[in-house]
Amino acid sequence: MFENLPYPDLILWLLLAGLLLFGLMAVNALAAVYAERKISAFMQDRLGPMGQGAGFHAGKWGLLQTVADALKLILKEDIIPRAADRRLFIIAPYIIFIGAFIAISALPFSEYIQVIDINLGIFYLLAVCSLGVVGLITAGWASDNKWSLYGALRSAAQIVSYEIPAALSIIVVVMLTGTLDLQGIIRAQEGLIWGILPNWIIFNNPFTFLAFFIYFISGVAETNRTPFDIPEAESELVAGFHTEYSGMRWAFFFLSEYANMFIVCGIATVAFLGGWQSPVPGFLDSGGWGLFWFFAKLLSLIFVMIWFRWTFPRLRVDQLMGVAWKVLLPLALLNIFGVGLWSLYIG
Amino acid sequence: MVLNIGPQHPSTHGVLRLKVKTDGEIVSEITPIIGYLHRCFEKHCENLSYEQVIPYTDRCDYIASMNNNFGYVVAVEEMMGIEVPERVEFIRVIMAELNRIASHLLALGTYGLDIGAFTPFLYMFRDRERILDLLEMTCGARLLYNYMWVGGLSHDLPVGFVEAAYDFLDYFEPKVKEYNDLLTYNKIFIERTADIGVMPAEVAINYGVTGPNLRGSGVAWDLRKAEPYSVYDRFEFNIPVGQGIVGTVGDCWDRYWVRVQEMLESVKIVRQALQQMPSEGDVHAALPKKVRPPKGSIYKRTESPRGDLGYYIISTGKPVPYRVKMRSPAFTALSVLDEIARGWMISDVLAILGSLDIVLGEIDR
Repeated sequence: MFENLPYPDLILWLLLAGLLLFGLMAVNALAAVYAERKISAFMQDRLGPMGQGAGFHAGKWGLLQTVADALKLILKEDIIPRAADRRLFIIAPYIIFIGAFIAISALPFSEYIQVIDINLGIFYLLAVCSLGVVGLITAGWASDNKWSLYGALRSAAQIVSYEIPAALSIIVVVMLTGTLDLQGIIRAQEGLIWGILPNWIIFNNPFTFLAFFIYFISGVAETNRTPFDIPEAESELVAGFHTEYSGMRWAFFFLSEYANMFIVCGIATVAFLGGWQSPVPGFLDSGGWGLFWFFAKLLSLIFVMIWFRWTFPRLRVDQLMGVAWKVLLPLALLNIFGVGLWSLYIG
Repeated sequence: MVLNIGPQHPSTHGVLRLKVKTDGEIVSEITPIIGYLHRCFEKHCENLSYEQVIPYTDRCDYIASMNNNFGYVVAVEEMMGIEVPERVEFIRVIMAELNRIASHLLALGTYGLDIGAFTPFLYMFRDRERILDLLEMTCGARLLYNYMWVGGLSHDLPVGFVEAAYDFLDYFEPKVKEYNDLLTYNKIFIERTADIGVMPAEVAINYGVTGPNLRGSGVAWDLRKAEPYSVYDRFEFNIPVGQGIVGTVGDCWDRYWVRVQEMLESVKIVRQALQQMPSEGDVHAALPKKVRPPKGSIYKRTESPRGDLGYYIISTGKPVPYRVKMRSPAFTALSVLDEIARGWMISDVLAILGSLDIVLGEIDR
């Protein structure tokens, strides 16, 4: 939306947008960590972070807990192991972070709020999401730690494998909407289908319903969360690829992990759940409500991810690859075929 | 690649070091290196009077201290030929079985943690807390009790214990179903544990593995039935054995499942003991002024939550034992690790290690 601006204004625009996005990522991480702690606490019959009255004791209901954590991470000593490859060690967190950052810039938060609106939107998102894995491998290799190396190799294999079913299930969406543009995909999901359901891709036909789940499972795997958290499996690999990281660098990994959750759920919302469309056409779907609906859908997906994490055990590395190649991939391929037939003969 | 798992590692259950030879993810050799928690238990005993040894036994298997006390005092009493009052025997059984439930809860919870499930761990710790509360009510301590003494107990049950114990049992029994729903029959959990680390009965016997690990391999051997000590011959209970419900007999899941079943059996025992226990009576037997067993030696074994816990005591007739040797069930369980975990993946090795339920305090002593 700012391609035609004169130069000084363009730079100002980019800076502003960048700052806003960074703010969003930071707030997202803070809020998601808080939510994760509180939700896990409710699931586990405990209280979670609680404030101890007034003052700086983590605020009321522990609201300031994550803020305090963030401050602690910023103030921590910067440790680089002697045996580590210094340059790679320093640069790795930023590679992951940049991957997440440029992906988040293409998400359509509402009809009007989107930093860059490229007509290849969804393709772009899928492409830059896989940038993160480069950072993971760099971090694992540079740390000069066996656990980190194991974590890095596992996550490389895992993320690359799960990108395939994820992309294949997104193809289904592209087939139905006929566009790669994110706003276009959302606009194509307007109105009702089957009389009562909103015309979201997930409800379009049985195959797209399945495609949503394939995408979401692959998404959980791509963000390295339980039950697919083997790259950082704490009971096996201590902390996986970021074993040697601490302080601010570790915080960047953390930030990117939660940003990745945000992106994966964002893509799922856009592609399958109608993005900023209201679930009831005509009901609260003007102006700022788009933002509300987008975030409502996205956050409920994040909640499901958190729910997974505190319910499931972890898969083993070969079982994990088995799920990707033997279950999700054939299903995703079948889906493309099914959707093609469906739109040819029925839909 | 040689990989050192531990001594600082999240899932070695204490300070254990495993030297693991790997080829990628596959493990070809495991060497457990122990001794990080060695506190000279046996040497200490040679300089302490018989009663003073009891707090040291607490600190061996600190997850199930009551059972350690139990084994030791039974051995010393048998040496001296002391008959303890009936009420004492029942209280001892109640304490040992409650402690067994607590120990199994910890084993199962941390096993879930090893597999990556965090929530069951906290559920089990919540319930274990209630047992610890009961034990604290009885003797003031939550982990290291020093409750059973030679010839009796440190003191009688507190007022209201019986009701509190019944309360707990009524609360606890339905909870087992919750664990089963959440963890035991979880698809991913079964994937991770069924058919993994199979320990055939023959291997288990050859290595001297005992307790739930042996029963997981399908051998119905329980000292409470096979060589009843104290008043265990008066209770009705079953010996759960591994049946390979979701995999092969003797896999990790079977060892896990045997512990779940044993908790229910312990609940049965505690209920019967609470019913049959004489409501009045002394908790100290008449003892000579100094505990001084006659010259000779004894090997007495009891069933601790980890298996066959034996004490070998040599007396020279002095008030101080000449030698106290503890036969640790967790030690033999650890020794079988290399045999059953070779050829599996790193994740499986930790799953197998967790299923053996070792306590380093008892291995190193």
